[in-house]
Amino acid sequence: MSALGAQVQTATHEREKNHARRFSLGKWGTIGLFVLPGMMLFALFVLVPIGKAVQYSLYEWNGFGPLTEYVEEGNYQRLYDHKPFRSAIEHSFFIMLLSVTVQLPVALMLALLVGRGKLRGRKIFRMILFVPYVFSEIITAIIWLYVYHPNDGLANVAFGTLIPGFQNQTWLGDRDLVMYSLFGVLTWKYFGFHMILYMAGLQGVSKELEEAARVDGANEGQVLRFITLPLLGSTIRLTIYLSVLGAFQQFAIAWILTRGGSPANSSHLISTYLYKFGIKTFRLGYGSSVAVVLFTISLLFSVGYQRIVMRRDYAD
Amino acid sequence: MRSSTYVPSPAVLRVRRGLVLATKYTILIFVCLIVVSPVLTAILGGLRTTGEFLTRPFGLPTRGIQWNNYTSILEDSVFWRSVRNSMYITIGSTFFTVLLSSTMAFVFSRIQFKGREVLFNILSLGLLFPLGIAILPIFLQIRSLNLTDSYWGVILPLVAFGLPGSTIILRTFFKAIPPELEDASYIDGCNRIGFFVYILIPLARPAITAIATLQVIAGWNEYFLSLLVFTDSKKWPLTLGLMQYQGQFGTDWARIMAYITLLIIPAVIFYLFAERYIVTGLTGGELKG
Repeated sequence: MSALGAQVQTATHEREKNHARRFSLGKWGTIGLFVLPGMMLFALFVLVPIGKAVQYSLYEWNGFGPLTEYVEEGNYQRLYDHKPFRSAIEHSFFIMLLSVTVQLPVALMLALLVGRGKLRGRKIFRMILFVPYVFSEIITAIIWLYVYHPNDGLANVAFGTLIPGFQNQTWLGDRDLVMYSLFGVLTWKYFGFHMILYMAGLQGVSKELEEAARVDGANEGQVLRFITLPLLGSTIRLTIYLSVLGAFQQFAIAWILTRGGSPANSSHLISTYLYKFGIKTFRLGYGSSVAVVLFTISLLFSVGYQRIVMRRDYAD
Repeated sequence: MRSSTYVPSPAVLRVRRGLVLATKYTILIFVCLIVVSPVLTAILGGLRTTGEFLTRPFGLPTRGIQWNNYTSILEDSVFWRSVRNSMYITIGSTFFTVLLSSTMAFVFSRIQFKGREVLFNILSLGLLFPLGIAILPIFLQIRSLNLTDSYWGVILPLVAFGLPGSTIILRTFFKAIPPELEDASYIDGCNRIGFFVYILIPLARPAITAIATLQVIAGWNEYFLSLLVFTDSKKWPLTLGLMQYQGQFGTDWARIMAYITLLIIPAVIFYLFAERYIVTGLTGGELKG
């Protein structure tokens, strides 16, 4: 969301300087009073814990007593050698890839349908489509455990009705299926969020320009391809950014639906791996090294993407 | 763009437009069904017996509507204790997030000082670390501050993680408020804090409602922190109470579904009231209609 913030221009520097001079007495007082409490809280619960995680990751530590067993690259070496960890990384990338290539286009298509225009009932559709976003992840996960029930759960009943001869699937117990099942739930929960962002972006797309293209003989597909999508560029770049980070950060739904990476630790994401092999077993040093890997991936992606892809969106 | 000389007749155009419209509605209704049906099955599940569930997980109640799934939960004082705990966490974290992020956004948007951008960038970095991932070191921090089994142990980290997003949203709004207004208020004898309290805050009310709404959702849905912070089950919020029911009755699906329905109802009602504010918040206030 930092991109949204950056899109608004600062035009007030000069004036701010003037005020600073006129009210110089209160300036630092105000800054201290207004910024310090928030920044201290942020440092206490975000910055310091993350810094400490880097330190813990170099030790073998169960969370009690001093840090004594220094293992240097040991934790990272063990991570690298552990097969479930490597598959967890693959799965996280897989979810990320599907999010960007499936979830975002679906969200965009729906935003084009209900985000503007004169379609009757679009506000009601819009409202329904956004509902899953307000459910907690726990509720979402439990509802879907029920939907994916291997007996006659909703998923099996629905596919059985639509496709003749459909065999009941164990959606969450089948290694080849479980990641797709998980992705289905994540899409259900989060596409509404991206849809809203696209709808906002569409407000900035000039209708006159699209109309002009139509007058010039462009069909709807061409208007979309050459006018609407390019004008939505900054929003699309932002949703890709949020979607990629979101995919790496997903935890609760995956944890409950896969029952901690089952079958046989074959369905972990990086985050569920961290919880299972770091927190549940009190190997906090090892868990911290997983967290550091996750931070690093997010940070590298974030810096790289903002520098290379989103740079043009910041230009004032 | 290719120009075409072929001009279809009005009748063809009308048919084509009708087809496009039908396709649009088909897609929308289909997607809405996918969105709604899992929720409906949960609600229906709360009205059936667990026995019915085990033989046929998806379907209508066949042995009469089981209102007692609901009444047994609603008559349980443990449930209402959890409601109260959830409200403490929700109200506490929302209040402090709004207070701290609006003051920070004020400084970051309207007072120029050395190091401002650096501070702001550090804060923005927080967007990269969701609570769920940093949970382990945060828990250790909570423990070392002796905040285990205290509501503050959940509220303060929730606020800390809510601050980056909220501050960024508010800063955008504050920046959009014309500087002439600030000048005018100073001429009228307001000082900086007076301008903030009497002019900026009222003007930014839609944005403040938006971040409050998002934070209410985050607080009401909070689960992971509570799981680690509260060993005392008297302090459990509703999301943890759900797990308690799951243990207490084996896997009593009917009751779990009833419990879920009870949690969904306030969320959906709240959402219907707050929808436009959520939209405002996520879109930086650009969305109309």
